[in-house]
Amino acid sequence: MSTVLVLMEDGDPSLQALTLARTFGEPRTVRMAAVEPFAPNAVAAVLEMAADELGAVAVFAAGSDRGNDVMARLAARTDLPLAANCIAATPGDPVALTRQRWGGSLLEEALLRSPRPLITVAPHTIAAIDRGAPPEVDVAQLLARVDPKDLVVRVSEHVAPPGGGVSLAEAKVVVSGGRGVGSKEGFAIIEELALLLDAHVGCSRVVTSAGWRPHSDQVGQTGTKISPDLYIACGISGATQHMAGCKGAKRILAINADAEAPIMSLADYSVVGDLKEIVPAISAEIRKSR
Amino acid sequence: MRVLVCVKRVPFTGGKMVLNAESTALETKHLGFTISPHEECGVEEAVRLIESAGGESVVLTLGPQAAVEQLRDAMALGIDRAIHLQTDGREADGQATAAAITEAIRSDEAASGPFDLIFFGSESADAGGYQVGIRVAYALDRPCVTGLKGLKVEGSTVRCEQDAGGGRDAYVVPLPAVVTVKEGLNLPRYPSVPGRMRAARKPVVTSTPIRAEARLEMVRLAVPGGPGRKTELLGRGADAAPAVVEMMRKAGVL
Repeated sequence: MSTVLVLMEDGDPSLQALTLARTFGEPRTVRMAAVEPFAPNAVAAVLEMAADELGAVAVFAAGSDRGNDVMARLAARTDLPLAANCIAATPGDPVALTRQRWGGSLLEEALLRSPRPLITVAPHTIAAIDRGAPPEVDVAQLLARVDPKDLVVRVSEHVAPPGGGVSLAEAKVVVSGGRGVGSKEGFAIIEELALLLDAHVGCSRVVTSAGWRPHSDQVGQTGTKISPDLYIACGISGATQHMAGCKGAKRILAINADAEAPIMSLADYSVVGDLKEIVPAISAEIRKSR
Repeated sequence: MRVLVCVKRVPFTGGKMVLNAESTALETKHLGFTISPHEECGVEEAVRLIESAGGESVVLTLGPQAAVEQLRDAMALGIDRAIHLQTDGREADGQATAAAITEAIRSDEAASGPFDLIFFGSESADAGGYQVGIRVAYALDRPCVTGLKGLKVEGSTVRCEQDAGGGRDAYVVPLPAVVTVKEGLNLPRYPSVPGRMRAARKPVVTSTPIRAEARLEMVRLAVPGGPGRKTELLGRGADAAPAVVEMMRKAGVL
C-alpha cells in the first residue's frame, strides 16, 4: 500500500487529519516539534525530504495556524497546489474534495490536480478514529540536511500571556455584546453577568471596529472561535462572520430587541426585548437564587 | 522606506449565504464589498509605517474592474498609489494568484526599487486559501512570517509577533520581508472626506495578467446543511429572567 505523510501537532485536529490521511495510504508522521525552536521553512524542508524518500502519495496536516503555514511553505517550495481546510477528500486523480470557505459558513467542492496532493483538514469537522500512533519518520538525518537559509525564520522568544483567567477560546461560558449594547460603557451590564457566571466577556466585530472592546474579545471568523457550554449573545444580529466563531457552542442564548434578527432562529434559546433591562434582570435573578 | 500591501475585494455577507443559480458564487446583487478584514489591518499598518518613516506605500489587488473601489478605499486611508491586476471576475487559485502578484512586484521593483515590506492578509475572508503571501515570499526569496498580531521595524530587521499557546511567539527577520497579518494587529482608521478626495486623484496602474489554469479547481459551492438548532423562546423582556436562570441551571453552568 502507498505511503502518506502526516504532519503532527499535539491535540485532536492532528488526529482528525491522520484519520482522513489513512484513506489515502499507510501513514508515517513528522512532528511539528521536530525543529525547536519552531522554524516553519525548516519543517517544510524536512517534510519535502521525507515525502521524497518515502515516495509519499500525499501530505496531510491539521488546518491549524502552524499546519496551514508549514503546508503552504511546502506547496511553495515544491510548486504544488494546496487545499486548505478540507472536510472530506477522496483519493484519485484528480482528488475530489470538500473544503471550507468563509470560516466554514460555506462549503466548496473542488478538484485537486497534483502529483502529490497537499491537504490540511479543518479542525473538528471529522471524527478522529484512534488506530494507534503510526511510525514516525526518523528526522535526525533529514535535519542535518536542512539549508541554514531555512532557519532564518524561527521563533526567537515566547511572550507569556498576561496572567490570570482562562482564555476566551477555552471559557465554559461566554457573555457577548454586539451593536445593540450601544457603547463602551454599555458593557458594564455584560461584565456584571459574566462575573456572576465566571464567564469570559466576548463581542462582535462591530464592537471591536468601534473600539469599544479589544480585538482579543472578538468572537467570529476573524476573531476567536469558541466552543463553550453556554454562549449568551446580547444585541448581536448573527451575521455569518459572527456565527462562524460561535457555532461550536453547546447552547446559544440570544437576547435581541429584533425578533427577526438572524441569530433569533440560529440559537437554542431566545429572549426578545431590550437587553438593557433583560441582562440586569438575569443578574438579579442569579443573585436571588444564591 | 517602501511598502506594498496586497488586498482582496470580498462581499459583506450579512446574515445569510445566498448562492447564484449555478451555485458557483455568492449572489452579490444586494451586497456591498469591502477589503478582506485581515488586509484592512495591513493597509493601516502600511500607512502608519510610512507616516513615521517616510517613503512610499503602494496597494495591489488582483480582481475585477470593480475592485478599483477597494484600491480607492486604501488610498483614502493614506496609501500613495495602486496597482490593479484586472481579471474577468473568475477566481484564480492560490498558485495563479501568487504568480500574477509576483510578476507585478518584480516589474514595480525594477522601476522603483525594492519594497522593504510586503503585507498580505493571513487568509482571504472568502476563499481562505492561506497561501498567497507565502508563495510570493518564496518566489522572491524573502523571509515570511504569518498571522501577525504585532509588528515593529527595528533598523534593518522587523520583529513579528503571532498568537501562540495563549501568548505570543516572536520572530526577528531581516528586511526585505513578506508578512501576513491578522485582524487585531491594529485598529484601522476611518477614511476622511479630504482623504477620499485625494484618493480619487491618486494613480492606479492597470494590467491584465494571463489567467493560469487552476490546479485547485472550484466545482460548486454549497451552504452547509444539517438540522440546525431548534429555537425555544424563553420569554419577552425582564420577565424572562427566571426562565433563563432555570435554563442555566439545567445546562450546569450555575
